[in-house]
Amino acid sequence: MSLVNFTSREITCKLVYYGPGRSGKTTNLHYVYGRVPESRRGRMVSLATQTDRTLFFDFLPLDLGVISGFTTRFQLYTVPGQVYYDATRKLVLQGADGVVFVADSQARRLDDNVESLQNLQVNLLQQGVDVRHFPVVLQYNKQDLPRDLILTPEELDEALNFRNVKSYSADAVRGTGVFETLKGISELVLKRLAAGSAA
Amino acid sequence: MSIPLNPRYRFETYVVGAANRLAATAAKAVAESPGSVYNPLFIYAGSGLGKTHLLMGIGHAALAINPQLRCEYLTLDEFVEAFNAAIGAGQGEAYRKRYAEVDLLLVDDVQFLTHRREMQAELLRLTNSMLATGRQIVLSSDRQPGEIEALDERLIQRFAGGLVIDIAAPDFETRVAILRRQAEERRASFSPDVLETVAAIGASSVRELIGALNRLIALQAVSETAIDAAQARAILGRGESGGEEPPAKAEAKPAPARAGGAGTEAPSDEFGAFLSDVVSTVVQQVEAWRSRVGEAILRWEGEGYRTSRLSALLEEEAPSDPEMALQEFSKDIERLRLLQAEAVELDPALAGAAVFRDPDNVEEARLQVERARQGTLPPPAPAPIWQLADFVEAPGSLLAIKAARSVIAEPGRVYNPLVIVGGSGVGKTHLLHGIGNELAKAPGSVVACLSAQDLIDDLIKAIDKNRVNWWRARYRRITALLLDDIHLIAGKDRTQEELFWLFNLLHQATRQMVFTCAVPLAQLTGIETRLLTRLEGGLVVELPLPEREARVAIVERLLREKVGEADRELADYLSGRPVDSVRALQGLVQRVLNAADTEQVRPTAALARPLLEGAPAAPVRRTSSGRTSGVLTPAASLRSREKVVWDWPDVGDRLIEDLR
Repeated sequence: MSLVNFTSREITCKLVYYGPGRSGKTTNLHYVYGRVPESRRGRMVSLATQTDRTLFFDFLPLDLGVISGFTTRFQLYTVPGQVYYDATRKLVLQGADGVVFVADSQARRLDDNVESLQNLQVNLLQQGVDVRHFPVVLQYNKQDLPRDLILTPEELDEALNFRNVKSYSADAVRGTGVFETLKGISELVLKRLAAGSAA
Repeated sequence: MSIPLNPRYRFETYVVGAANRLAATAAKAVAESPGSVYNPLFIYAGSGLGKTHLLMGIGHAALAINPQLRCEYLTLDEFVEAFNAAIGAGQGEAYRKRYAEVDLLLVDDVQFLTHRREMQAELLRLTNSMLATGRQIVLSSDRQPGEIEALDERLIQRFAGGLVIDIAAPDFETRVAILRRQAEERRASFSPDVLETVAAIGASSVRELIGALNRLIALQAVSETAIDAAQARAILGRGESGGEEPPAKAEAKPAPARAGGAGTEAPSDEFGAFLSDVVSTVVQQVEAWRSRVGEAILRWEGEGYRTSRLSALLEEEAPSDPEMALQEFSKDIERLRLLQAEAVELDPALAGAAVFRDPDNVEEARLQVERARQGTLPPPAPAPIWQLADFVEAPGSLLAIKAARSVIAEPGRVYNPLVIVGGSGVGKTHLLHGIGNELAKAPGSVVACLSAQDLIDDLIKAIDKNRVNWWRARYRRITALLLDDIHLIAGKDRTQEELFWLFNLLHQATRQMVFTCAVPLAQLTGIETRLLTRLEGGLVVELPLPEREARVAIVERLLREKVGEADRELADYLSGRPVDSVRALQGLVQRVLNAADTEQVRPTAALARPLLEGAPAAPVRRTSSGRTSGVLTPAASLRSREKVVWDWPDVGDRLIEDLR
């Protein structure tokens, strides 16, 4: 998927929120949705059930207007976190320009985080994406929970952030860190604009 | 004369809202790459809305990126004053020069240009010169260029050619954000509703807003308790009904940021801040091609190439694929370089020709090289009169002929070089040209077949005209070198050296070389060992004087050629005469034919006997060319490949060679 189309003068960024089930991906999208002026946002789509299989993801298109002559659009997706929806995850991940990995800060969910992160790497690899050069940021969600239930960002960095990507603490329900995360991933993705268009 | 930048007026302290987002983004883009994005940048806004802040912010950010940048901020008034002072002191030129050296010029309050025609002219001149040299100019005004009274139309157009952008009054959220930042800067703390009250007083400018805040700060400093919203309203002289109401939405402020979080306090317009960020990044990335094109122009211009194509690219608003255009340009330059290298090889006079400096006209350069190529004379070709088929085989010459056939069948692969050794007049030259003619039949072949003497002469001429490179190029493209009388290069050091290099080159490229030599290689003197060993490294075959049967065949063929029939007796007689070479035999035949011609009779043995055995043979007459020895050759080839010992180059030529 071409990020910058010089001919049709469009920039399209597909950002995918990835992570274990109930880690707060959809909450992130809801918060963004709530903060975007109506003129800028498309309808938030949550897809469910297609024939017998459950196809479920959220989709939020953002129209950022014309920047430097380029119609700029962001598409935010979430994947279903539950382990058995791997096919859907692969589908959503296709053509992604960047991934926000939303981790659940609760100590008891650490294994789920690790498993989901591994799943992300496997799925990216299957699509021929070199994970080392792909824009990914981490978000440690639910940092508002009582201290004894959660791991600190430092501990989570230790456990998950072995590639040393940017990480953000968040409380997606109240919106803390949501836009910081979005900014972080957008910057990473957009910085690849030039390289992407030259290829 | 210019004002130092206020350290407080930075982008970091500039609160961005919907009203000033575009201006702030454009300013950031300009600061990041001055002169290449929006030039000139013209910012207009009502008083107190942050023009000066933005202008100085550009200066700070640009200096942070490039501390070497020469940046000046000044208001128009100072500009005018300085100009008047300079004119008064007769220093107008020095004044202009001063601004000619500035990379980033920030001019505030341009609206005061009204009715100042000489200043307008001066600013127009300055703007033009800055635009032409790619230096950035940023101007601010309280109204659009078109609304500045009596402003020169040309100036308006210049400004419109860049980016003209306005800052509107900040919206409520931005006002709150500005107040919060101001309060933080002053280390004053107010409850959110106090700030919202101030934001709602309906201030028309940021300055007024900050003035109101200042009053609260001053009062709070002297009072014991914190001021609340009602008190604030009272202090600011607004009743409950005054001003606009703060929006009803009073959502709880987000929880304080924790470790690892990016922000300190989330601004109320989170999406706006995000958008501003994205816009800034996109502008940087999308417009990055401009700086790359600019760099390319600088680079190639520095190397002397014409870059009009790239300049035209910069003029475009949004070219379809600037990267591709850059790549194409580089490729064209590469082609030009190759063409130029070839052209210089062919003709040194072409070095630095303008045609190799214009990437828009590669075709012209190619044609130039083509012409140069054609201008290069091919080296001397084998003479067509000597065909291999006419070479009379004799048992003694069988080895040489076989070797010649192998060479023709697989040039460069079997015997390279082939050296034919034999006395004078035994047919070496004939065999050599015969081989040459066969080799020349191969498509695409360029066969050089000449005597060593011609090679020497040619080289001397090239040295004399300072075209040795051209000479080399001429020989280096041949596919076969056939050199007659290699012994003649004895003592010719320069020729030997050139031949040595040529030999190596041809040998490596498996191109055939054939040499003839009048004396066995072991007896050669005056030839460098490195060359001699190379000659010996191929196949050395001897070509002896043909046996009697072969001589009969030769004489018969000559007679058939000349008079149409061969007298067997005459042929037998002639070939029995004591001769030391085929050429001498040919001389005998010629004498008999001349005599028969004079006496108007058929040439017979009876005619020949008294002629050859009676009086001693008449000395051979030298022809005008001085190069043949009574050989039967058509007039056209009188300047033949044949050699005679007296045919050394002029003393002058030899001197030239020795001197070089």
